[in-house]
Amino acid sequence: MPTKPAGTLYRGREGMWSWVGHRITGVVIFFFLLVHVLDTSLVRVSPEAYTAVIGAYKNPLMALGETGLVAAIVFHAFNGLRIIAVDFWKKGAKYQRQMLWTVLVLWVIVMVGFSIRHLSLALGGH
Amino acid sequence: MTATQIQSPRSGKDGNGRPGAGLIAPKYRRSGASKGNFEMAAWLFMRLSGVVLVVLIFGHLFVNLLVGEGIHAIDFGFVAGKWADPFWQFWDLAMLWLAMLHGTNGVRTIINDYAEKDSTRFWLKIVLYAATAVIIILGTLVIFTFNPCPLDVNGIPLPGGFCPAA
Repeated sequence: MPTKPAGTLYRGREGMWSWVGHRITGVVIFFFLLVHVLDTSLVRVSPEAYTAVIGAYKNPLMALGETGLVAAIVFHAFNGLRIIAVDFWKKGAKYQRQMLWTVLVLWVIVMVGFSIRHLSLALGGH
Repeated sequence: MTATQIQSPRSGKDGNGRPGAGLIAPKYRRSGASKGNFEMAAWLFMRLSGVVLVVLIFGHLFVNLLVGEGIHAIDFGFVAGKWADPFWQFWDLAMLWLAMLHGTNGVRTIINDYAEKDSTRFWLKIVLYAATAVIIILGTLVIFTFNPCPLDVNGIPLPGGFCPAA
């Protein structure tokens, strides 16, 4: 039986998992983008058609979905800036691990703030 | 102890996913690229558009979801109010084009990574590029042909529109 390869600098480490996270969030955002352009296009059909479809975004289940989508966007954005720093900053590769933890801390802070505001608006009395 | 088995690299497989043909690896050369600078331009585009998209999308989410009543304020009138201002028309246009091209190039990379057969890669990319073209053209037309006072076939304003007082 082949033995498990020993750990490397990349495999199973922060670098690999941030790459996996970047791919998955990127695909999720791309497919939402296709849907979002289509739903917005209903403004050219009629005011009532647009307002009806956008109404679907305003129920409690969708509020959770929107929060998940924004979580994907914020991670992809911050990790994307980290990738740029790794590529263009002289010490980027050396500090890529520390930068990933910075990304995750900022992501948690932004998402706590966003979730409180968005969920209280979306789920609040109306 | 058994020696670790090292698999031949996927890039050494032939165009139909069969290993061993060594189609790519032996031919790989750093010099004399036949594709010109396209891949380098795409790499640079991802970084430049990425920075701009962070600003555009964070601004979009802030204005549409976090200000005032948030998502409850979004309806036909909200869109009409934004697109009455060329600033937001240009903002949304830039966001549409940059996000679609950034996302399309990302999915193109993923197709190249995981679809091993030449014909599978080819057709997946045809579908991808067709979807991208439709969405970019549709979105651009919607932004520039938006009418706050749409009329029905008889020339009567549709309900919910914003029409100038007669």
